[in-house]
Amino acid sequence: MRIVVLVKPVPDPASAGERLGPDGRLDRSATPAVVNGNDEYALEAALKLVAVAPEGSEVSLLSMAPASAPDTLRKALAMGATRGVLVTDPALAGSDAVSTARVLAAALRMLDYDLVLAGVDTSDGVGGTVAAAVAAHLRLPYLSYAARIEPDEAGGTVQVRRISPTGYDLLQAPMPALISCTQALGEPRYPSLKGIMGARSKEIVGRSLADLGLDPAAIGGAVATTAVRETRTPPPRGATEVVRGTPTEGAARITELLAARRLI
Amino acid sequence: MGALWVVAEPGPEHGLAKISTEIATLTRELGASTGMEVVGVVIAAEPAEPAAELARYVPRVLAIQDADAGVLAWSAIAAVHLAALAEADVPDLVLVGSGPDGRDVAGALSALTGLGVLTNATGVAWAGDGPIVEMSVFGGKLQTSSVFTGGRGIMTVRPSVTTAVPAGTAGTVAARTVSASPLPPVRVVDRVSEAGVAAPIEEAKIIVAGGRGVGGPAGFDIVEQLAEALGGAVGATRAAVDSGWIPYSQQIGQTGKIVKPELYLALGISGAIQHKVGMQTAGTIVAVNRDPDAPIADFADLLVVGDLFEVGSALLEQLRGRSG
Repeated sequence: MRIVVLVKPVPDPASAGERLGPDGRLDRSATPAVVNGNDEYALEAALKLVAVAPEGSEVSLLSMAPASAPDTLRKALAMGATRGVLVTDPALAGSDAVSTARVLAAALRMLDYDLVLAGVDTSDGVGGTVAAAVAAHLRLPYLSYAARIEPDEAGGTVQVRRISPTGYDLLQAPMPALISCTQALGEPRYPSLKGIMGARSKEIVGRSLADLGLDPAAIGGAVATTAVRETRTPPPRGATEVVRGTPTEGAARITELLAARRLI
Repeated sequence: MGALWVVAEPGPEHGLAKISTEIATLTRELGASTGMEVVGVVIAAEPAEPAAELARYVPRVLAIQDADAGVLAWSAIAAVHLAALAEADVPDLVLVGSGPDGRDVAGALSALTGLGVLTNATGVAWAGDGPIVEMSVFGGKLQTSSVFTGGRGIMTVRPSVTTAVPAGTAGTVAARTVSASPLPPVRVVDRVSEAGVAAPIEEAKIIVAGGRGVGGPAGFDIVEQLAEALGGAVGATRAAVDSGWIPYSQQIGQTGKIVKPELYLALGISGAIQHKVGMQTAGTIVAVNRDPDAPIADFADLLVVGDLFEVGSALLEQLRGRSG
């Protein structure tokens, strides 16, 4: 079983410092980068699948990111992935979802895999459309919003529980396939000390657009299909009213506020 | 004259998702203000009922019948039909929801057509050469107005951006066939309903949410009772979900859902940034917490310092007293 996990370094949401630069693009210098939260669930699911798969099975990482990304990728390697592929190119600055999907698809064409796993969205853009686009480019079966992943290597198929509004849909497709992953797959592991030490010597293969056979003039910020024209900071919330007292007094103040705002 | 397409997503009532009726209303209003043609597109194994339902909201509906849509994952089927339609007649704007089906179809359609995607829109207007899409980013910290550089594109729309209102007169439905080259099939082997699935939090006007302070699955009783008394849905933090007290479907925040209810009642929730990004644009935020210095004290409208079970019980009594 060979699994490729798509991993995106994102501004640390815990820093609350995300901002756009003057060009309307994400300012990556404003905050430290971390592995996108949903990608960690995908990676954890991949590591668990590989742990019970035949010898020779492995998890690789694929990331499209600035040249500074190896530090973030090392954290994902420390969780247990074998190697990483980092697509980085000056032309990729300001890439939109269309370019991102094309680049990831081109990079995947050069890799061997049974499954590609991705997070359902990323905490910076929260668009949630790139995985479906990559699957369409590669003509891979696309199984999304996975809460459980069950490959059948002998049969060459994979079953996924896709979260639905009333429960789940059980999906089945032949491998290779692309799966988007949710938190319902289970808590990501913390890297062990051994994992962290080992990650230092793991291979991160760099790839440029030329390596992928893509024309830098046809990809990235220069040909972005979307652009931010204007930004506004929403008005700050009003001051917080703090009530101390008996539970009945506290509850009465809540009831009063809700009635005044016609919420009850 | 340009065209605006609203894509009908499958749903439980008349085979049409509630979000699609909201987006149909939004699209009709945009059509009225721009003079552009508004077209609803239904792709289903049995399109008659959802098409008739969508026609209550928009003047013209194209119904595409594809038996595979009943047995295969919907988004890949829908995307290839939409791409084939777009090849004949490129729309200016394609609107879908920002939930799983909408995102999946938007991503695949983007790859098949090269059209850009703007996501989680909170509104849309028109300026000269194309749509201007309003979005709320970084957990509501920033509002942006974005455009498609080519003047055309796909947008995903958040729930409850507008209220679904049928048009004065029903629209027409026309059957349509397109020849589409399929994406690889993903078979739907089974659709499983789980017992006790709660109301969807994305659409709720009132959410009562519990965090670590609730203490355990039994602690969610008071959260559920308050939600019922207020006519709202139950939400939770990641800590409560990871502890197994409540299903992931109810999680609000960074790796869960983003909600914008009129009232958010937070019980035993500290208001860490990962949760805050999912709910800070709520109309009114009321928190009950033992700790007056919890982060939620910085962005709630009202913080009651106290034990959530004691305050919650008193509140429940008062609410029941009002309605009774």
